[in-house]
Amino acid sequence: MDATTNTQDSTTDAIAVEVDHVSKIFRGEQEVRALDDVSVGIRKNEFFTLLGPSGCGKTTLLRLIAGFEPPTMGAIRLGGRDISRLPPNQRPVNTVFQNYALFPHMSVAQNIAFGLEMLGKPKAEVQKTVDEMLRLVRMEELKNRRTGEISGGQQQRVALARALAPHPEVLLLDEPLSALDLKLRKDMQIELKRLQSETGITFIFVTHDQEEALTMSDRIAVMSAGKILQVGPPRDIYERPAERFVANFIGESNFLDATLAGGKATLAAGGTFDVHVPEGVRDGKVSVLVRPEHATVHAGEAGEREIAGTVENVVYSGEATVVHLRLATGEAMKARLSNAPQGGEAAPETGSAAAVTIAPGAVTVLRD
Amino acid sequence: MADRPVKQPKGYSVRTLPGFAVLALFTFFALYAPITILVAYSFNAGTSLAIWEGFSLRWYYQAAANEAVQDAAIRSLYLAFSAATIATIAATMAALATTRTRHFPGKTMIYALINQPLMVPEIVTAVALLIVFAAVKVWTGHTSMIYLIAAHTAFCVPFAYLPIRARLETMDTSLEAAAQDLYASPWMTFRRVTLPLMWPGIVAGLMLAFVISLDDVVITEFVKSAGQDTLPTYMLGQLRRVVTPEVNAISTVILVAGAILVTLFFRLTSRRG
Ligand SMILES: Nc1ncnc2c1ncn2[C@@H]1O[C@H](COP(=O)(O)OP(=O)(O)OP(=O)(O)O)[C@@H](O)[C@H]1O
Ligand SMILES: [Mg+2]
Repeated sequence: MDATTNTQDSTTDAIAVEVDHVSKIFRGEQEVRALDDVSVGIRKNEFFTLLGPSGCGKTTLLRLIAGFEPPTMGAIRLGGRDISRLPPNQRPVNTVFQNYALFPHMSVAQNIAFGLEMLGKPKAEVQKTVDEMLRLVRMEELKNRRTGEISGGQQQRVALARALAPHPEVLLLDEPLSALDLKLRKDMQIELKRLQSETGITFIFVTHDQEEALTMSDRIAVMSAGKILQVGPPRDIYERPAERFVANFIGESNFLDATLAGGKATLAAGGTFDVHVPEGVRDGKVSVLVRPEHATVHAGEAGEREIAGTVENVVYSGEATVVHLRLATGEAMKARLSNAPQGGEAAPETGSAAAVTIAPGAVTVLRD
Repeated sequence: MADRPVKQPKGYSVRTLPGFAVLALFTFFALYAPITILVAYSFNAGTSLAIWEGFSLRWYYQAAANEAVQDAAIRSLYLAFSAATIATIAATMAALATTRTRHFPGKTMIYALINQPLMVPEIVTAVALLIVFAAVKVWTGHTSMIYLIAAHTAFCVPFAYLPIRARLETMDTSLEAAAQDLYASPWMTFRRVTLPLMWPGIVAGLMLAFVISLDDVVITEFVKSAGQDTLPTYMLGQLRRVVTPEVNAISTVILVAGAILVTLFFRLTSRRG
């Protein structure tokens, strides 16, 4: 997937949606800056996820791309064309709404046909595409049902089929799975991935569920307070978060003090590690991240390349045991140990002295 | 039920207040007893409104054969139909303008203005219309039903407006967003999504306006020209002369028609999505 060598298949890296310095300010009794100078390029055929806490501006960004709101500043381009001022019905972009928004006075098939009819497609073609879509989302049997007479998961699939039928360039999905129960949700996650690869449509997916984002996305944008903090593949976001907020939002974290010098970080608690340094971080005092599962603990005195600490708490949780430690520097640290079968090595006991080993490459420097 | 293990705590109930049940019963009695008597005596075989002389449909036949009644009934229906239709169209547009637009200055005032006729005493409206229309009639020499239709339309608008607005407010606006998202122009969005979904509200508004127009007395009495009696004003005229159970029969028919329309109205407004 090297961008520079990939000249044959230019579509892979072509930008589908370009959000260019976009701000959105809602002026009511109070000014709300829902988006604050957001710039991001979403590639063709990509499963792109907007991840962030409630109120960070995910829905607002989708609504701007769909055309339900104009940007206060900046531009949105689709395939290079500025669409910022086009009404929603003139944008080749479709939305799967959070509450599905299926037309209650129409059947499943009529819902799916709606977009095609509005585009003025001939009857035969509409019929053919609707059948295709029904097959794609496995809803052939229920095509004549009213949308109020099918289950939540089925409504979800109809909403997807309806949005996919006109074959948009980009599909926007606003927390489409949040109304479903856990089991159905897992099934739909797989289904969504399948639909995306079968149709080759760019998906922009909104969620505040980090696990969903990690398992489904090609790339993730982590948002907070109207800004995009970091964009990257799930592995980068998880293993090389650039900021404390990103690290904290995704997965469990240990934040430790360290000194950075020439690409190596020396922890205050001891030990020097080769590290990845994000842009804009200079040598000197820094915060570093260590994921709990990248640290191991054994009872006893610390040897070379190990950090000494005292066990404060041991929490068993099935597949893993989390050991809470207090380091000599007074910093708190967690280590997550996979559980061996019974009779295997036991975790150290509360109150005992222990030694922590951090895996090579597990120390990440944070920007703040 | 009998062996329920835990006794449900009793919620607050007004039934424990002394006299509540008695008052409720009395209210129902006061409301419905006169109507029951009116309906009963419409089937009286005799001429009296007080002495029961056996069952008969003679007053219904007599009313149906009475040309003045026929004339008034046709005028009532014509008037109610015209006024309710025009009022409903106006009310539909008003409801769309007050619920499907971004906030604009004066929106609250427009809302108040639409509903104002509900607050103005009917007699005041009646006198005002009488004065204005009298002048217009003298000036133009024109005395058709147009004045009655205009007057009825005016006071029917808020009645038609309320159920339509209520319907639009409970409708999920993301449906209209979805239609636009699926390439529907504003007009197609209205025709394919908004209109079909607000239709029960429109029909409810139409029926309510129809009933309101049908039983109006005060404004009609003030605005009508000679020979423009509606059923209610005809009956009012009759009461000043000889009172026979014929009036009861006409009242019963109006009552039944109104009850049917109002029942349909509640059916329509309580049905969701
Ligand atoms: N129409 C509006 N008028 C005023 N403020 C708004 C409007 N829409 C959104 N906001 C504000 O903009 C901010 C971002 O809202 P948005 O709906 O985009 O958040 P979100 O990330 O989708 O959150 P959630 O996960 O809860 O759906 C919030 O502070 C919200 O209150
Ligand atoms: Mg949202």
